[in-house]
Amino acid sequence: MSDSIALRRPLPLKLIVSAFIVLWVILAAFPFLWTVWGSFKVEVDFFSRESWWNAIFGTNTIKETGSAFTGDGYYGAWVTREFWRAVFNTAIVTVSVTIISLTLGTLGGYALARSGQRYAFWILIAALVFRAMPHITLVSGYLLPFFQLNIWGVLPTSIIVLVAINQPFTLWMLHSFFLSIPKDLDESAMVDGCSRFEAFRRVIIPVMWPGVVTTGLFSFLLAYNDFATTSMLLSADNQTMVPKISSFLGSVQEQGNVMYAVAAVVSATVPLFILVLFFQRQIVSGLTAGAVKG
Amino acid sequence: MPHKTFFAFILPSLIAMVLFIALPIVSVVVQSFYVEHGRILVEVENCQPFGGCTKEVRVDADATARLEQEQPLGQFNGLGTYLNRGHLAVNELGAIFADNRGLADVLTRIYNLPFYKALAFTLVFCFVVTPLAMALGFLIALAVNTIPRFIKGPVIFFSLLPMIITPLVGSLILYWMIHPQGIIGATIQDIFNDPRLSLRASPLLTWLSLLFYGIWTNAPFSFVVFYAGLQTVPADTLESAMIDGASRWERIRFVIMPHLAPLATFVALVQLMDNFRVFEPIVGFSAEANATSLSWMIFNDLSGDAQLFGSAGATSVLTIVGVVILLLPVLVRTWREFNHKVV
Repeated sequence: MSDSIALRRPLPLKLIVSAFIVLWVILAAFPFLWTVWGSFKVEVDFFSRESWWNAIFGTNTIKETGSAFTGDGYYGAWVTREFWRAVFNTAIVTVSVTIISLTLGTLGGYALARSGQRYAFWILIAALVFRAMPHITLVSGYLLPFFQLNIWGVLPTSIIVLVAINQPFTLWMLHSFFLSIPKDLDESAMVDGCSRFEAFRRVIIPVMWPGVVTTGLFSFLLAYNDFATTSMLLSADNQTMVPKISSFLGSVQEQGNVMYAVAAVVSATVPLFILVLFFQRQIVSGLTAGAVKG
Repeated sequence: MPHKTFFAFILPSLIAMVLFIALPIVSVVVQSFYVEHGRILVEVENCQPFGGCTKEVRVDADATARLEQEQPLGQFNGLGTYLNRGHLAVNELGAIFADNRGLADVLTRIYNLPFYKALAFTLVFCFVVTPLAMALGFLIALAVNTIPRFIKGPVIFFSLLPMIITPLVGSLILYWMIHPQGIIGATIQDIFNDPRLSLRASPLLTWLSLLFYGIWTNAPFSFVVFYAGLQTVPADTLESAMIDGASRWERIRFVIMPHLAPLATFVALVQLMDNFRVFEPIVGFSAEANATSLSWMIFNDLSGDAQLFGSAGATSVLTIVGVVILLLPVLVRTWREFNHKVV
């Protein structure tokens, strides 16, 4: 079809389209590249009063440290301010949230996809409403009970809360994924004498991985990107990366150590870069799956 | 599937949602009817050898702590918190409507009430960012659809970044660039030759930069969904439109856009829900002086030294009402479709 003359684009249109794409890619990528580059400079360069060329060449960085690149910001954040602790906590929280929400979500999503009952529909609608609740409104409901039960501030509480907040989305996504697996598959297994759970374990689990991986990516992102819940529910010692960065902002700006925060921000961005690099296809298919089917 | 099996499968997930989503909503509603205890005051007589005696009113810390221990919710306040100045501000509204100098005066004075200020920004953010981000996403999708295959991968990779990024981190990255000493902020000062020009100083510029952030971070989602939709546009319809003499624009307007309309409804719904909870960019941009949102108000009540559970609860309930109003058209439609199907 690309050979047809009618589809061939006139030169001006081609130029406009190319310029637009270049502009968008710069808009999307430049802030990240700029901050990564700047995180290896000293503060007077990255926040330069004179000219932003200083940030590119590192004029003052050379004066202060003798080299155009410095890891001072990273050292300050990771070692002096113990950012590694937050990274460790984030790893625990995100991995546990992903595993637990997928376990609950596959069971629930499978049941919703295979039940034609009225209440299955209502559970899905309730999940949609729950999905729309701003997380911070729920957090204001947690705090007082959690103080009373004395479970505030520790990682397991946050993990369970994030799993629950994640459930509506996970259920919807896995529900629509299981709908695409033919019913005949598990029904024939049951004819052969499997119970419903055996059919799920022996027949469905082996074929469900693509959908589970995609859903898992989004569960991971939700736990990783969360600020409202973790910043309110974790004590200062147990903070994950995002609330830690926000607490850097308050304390660090006065002491002139903004570069710690910049280094921490870049450190928190790197895992997401890697994630997109390896799972681009799954992320795109996950975003569209909900749209095309729902 | 028998009822028993169904519930066996879904029970863990259901318990999680009931315990941590449904119950907290109830808890928020209950909290909103209570208000913190006042401090218990005692009068203490302070006598010094030469100064004589002075009477002093002091806070009885022990008794206050004991009272808080016994009744952690605080004292019952009914709808008081909803109606006070920090929330619906009924009395203040009455005063404004009773005595004012024209519409502009009414609007500025209402905007000065904290709840309405937050509501105004939240709604503007929702209804400006959502359509603009969708339009930008649609344009990017159209453009990316025309470029050669081998560049598509990298373009999609970079396009995903603003969406996938942690909201707080993303807003900090942009904030540092538009900071008066950051690359964009400094350049703008240079261009306008005004060393005091700062995006933080003026409310208008703060709003604009927050809206820009919103479009930047929301556009990729619409792009990805629309781009996937474009792959499913039937080639036959496009071809027959061309044979009928439709121009490039007419093909977009009358073939592609109607084809993508259901997707657009879905994208709009998801983005409205997400933008209604706008919160992190306000923290990241330190914009609270000029722009606040409903979520930020709740966060602010909870993170102060004295946690105002009552006030946070009332704002939360009002926010939930807002979400339900936002979702109402969808819920009504689903309800009708479902009944239609059954009958």
